[in-house]
Amino acid sequence: MAEVKGFVKNIGWPRIIIAIFLLSLFIVAPIFGVRVDTSIHDVIVRFGMNAIMVLSMIPMIQSGCGLNFGIPVGLVAGMLGAVISIEFNLTGLSGILVAMVIGVAFAALFGFLYGLLLNRVKGDEMIIATYVGFSFVFFMNMMWLVLPFKNPASVQGFKGEGLRVTISVEDYWFNIFNNFLKIDITKYLSIPVGMILVFAIMALFVWAFFKTKTGTAITAVGSNPDYARASGISIDKMRTISVMLSTMIAAVGMIVYEQSFGFIQMYNAPSAFAFPSVAAILLGGASVNKASITNVIIGTILFQGILTMTPSVINSAINIDVSEIIRIVVSNGMIVYALTRKGK
Amino acid sequence: MKNFDRKKLNRLLTGSVVPLMFLIISLIAIPISKFTGVYLADQIVTRLVRNSFLVLSLLLPIMAGMGINFGMTLGAMAGQIGLIFINDWGIKGAPGLILAAIVSTPIAILLGYFGGKVLNRAKGREMITSMMLGLFISGIYQFFLLYLCGSVIPFKNPGLLLSRGYGVRNALNLITAKGFDSLLLIKIGGVNIPVGTFLIIGLICLFTVWFKNTKLGHDMRAVGQDMSVSGSAGIDVEKTRIQSIIISTVLACYGQIIYLQNIGTLNTYNGADQAALFAAASLLVGGATVAKATISNAIIGTALFHLMFLVMPVAGKYITGQAMIGEYFRMFVSYGVVTLALILHSWKRQKDKEMDRRLDREISSAPK
Repeated sequence: MAEVKGFVKNIGWPRIIIAIFLLSLFIVAPIFGVRVDTSIHDVIVRFGMNAIMVLSMIPMIQSGCGLNFGIPVGLVAGMLGAVISIEFNLTGLSGILVAMVIGVAFAALFGFLYGLLLNRVKGDEMIIATYVGFSFVFFMNMMWLVLPFKNPASVQGFKGEGLRVTISVEDYWFNIFNNFLKIDITKYLSIPVGMILVFAIMALFVWAFFKTKTGTAITAVGSNPDYARASGISIDKMRTISVMLSTMIAAVGMIVYEQSFGFIQMYNAPSAFAFPSVAAILLGGASVNKASITNVIIGTILFQGILTMTPSVINSAINIDVSEIIRIVVSNGMIVYALTRKGK
Repeated sequence: MKNFDRKKLNRLLTGSVVPLMFLIISLIAIPISKFTGVYLADQIVTRLVRNSFLVLSLLLPIMAGMGINFGMTLGAMAGQIGLIFINDWGIKGAPGLILAAIVSTPIAILLGYFGGKVLNRAKGREMITSMMLGLFISGIYQFFLLYLCGSVIPFKNPGLLLSRGYGVRNALNLITAKGFDSLLLIKIGGVNIPVGTFLIIGLICLFTVWFKNTKLGHDMRAVGQDMSVSGSAGIDVEKTRIQSIIISTVLACYGQIIYLQNIGTLNTYNGADQAALFAAASLLVGGATVAKATISNAIIGTALFHLMFLVMPVAGKYITGQAMIGEYFRMFVSYGVVTLALILHSWKRQKDKEMDRRLDREISSAPK
């Protein structure tokens, strides 16, 4: 009994409830005529699309900067890389790689400034990050209209200037990772090995980074700043590095998402990713100051599983669409729960 | 930047730099926007009527040291529920509004109590928690209106419901529209002044002034200054904080009712989303900080913020030829002003802490 209690406490009630809920949705799915293999396929694809964005939370959580509600800063860098790559008319693998390189370069710059800012507001990072993210999105909205993009595929047709709200990547690098090494299992179930591989490489990179001297120093800054200062680690420098890293991973995540989705969503779109990405890593068992790659994987599967299964199964079962509400309650409730947990 | 003077920073924070900056921006933009003075005056009066109550509801949590209560949307949602019921019951005008306030008060108190409880578990990060709490409760609010209203909770007027038979429609015309505004409406040279609503806003200002001098008001300020000291002085810190959030939520509820009676239509599902952002931005534009805010900050800020909000898109359109730029610019400024105020406040606090540490070190190392 004590073991069960310890197990429950270790995993946490919200995670158990969500996991059981998801499992029961999969079990009842065939009864309501929802194909299980299609659902599994959708969950895997959505996992691949979102996991890197969730992964980008890790460096900042580890360095004690808290949950990165300012993820739009990195996503905007990714969008910038994507539209610049399209502007050069680069297609295929070279197109997406150039998009990533440009995106990461911008993310490094934005992340550096964002990191300097967060160093001045220790203790209030999360609320300030949220507002920095939103302000930055609206600032960039003006830029999207003004910047001299010319490619007819990406500018508004009738005026010839200002970027479209959604830019199709169909002719450029649509599904380039999804189709790489794709394994078809049944007619409805295929595994986008390429996209999962990209996530695996990024995850491996993050894991390896935290084994290096700098990575350990970042963890030390997050878990015990006084000890870190005493051992001669520059706290501000480590925090800046972690913010840059988070922002850069987010930029890559955005581009991977876009190649699978088929469109670059401009303007207000990046702000819609902030709360779901935060919620996903928390759902995976991370806390405000501790996160691991396992948290990312479990959290993204659970969160995307709920998003995929609730509309199809519950709609067929009771004919009402509560999926949107479940999404709001689960994601925001998870964040409130994590913020109110005792301890530092 | 490292040597940024503490005194200078203080002056920047407490002084009237932010309101002046906004005044100058607006003054430059007014001629470009080609609005007439009478039109602007009329609009500013309308915006004051609409928004100042909501902005005033933020004052008490700031006094209690909990920062900006982004969870005021909880109260706004309670107010909307009250208005929807009154619309269904068909009670028009000011009596309807008063009844709506009575119906929604218990909901607001309950939500405020819950909010206070949650925020007590998140000391030091109240603002982000209150914001997420607002988003969380908004999910439950939507569930209540979309699925319970008209099915579990009976509605008399099917015109309020979606065509499927249950769930409240996305937009409602309020029969209580202008209920308070039409009381004692005076017209001076093309400017409509709803004296009735202004009297209500005056009452809440009086309440705030009176409240600050009560025992509870003093307790709240003490808790805001230092939680552990006031705790050892015998003040129930947790309870005081909960009370400040409850009052704020109830006031936000009344504020939203006043706001909606002026607008006349209710955007059922997204109506409350931006309430906290605009209220916070207004207050901060008025020269308030996250730790100190007064009634005059609230009123001046509301006028200035909405002046900018009115003038900017039109001015932006005339300058750039693109309407959307002005639109984005004002959203950028709304978020930007909140961001800036939060950053300056937090930065100052960090500087103070460093200064204290240095002072401690100097004292301890001084020759005996």
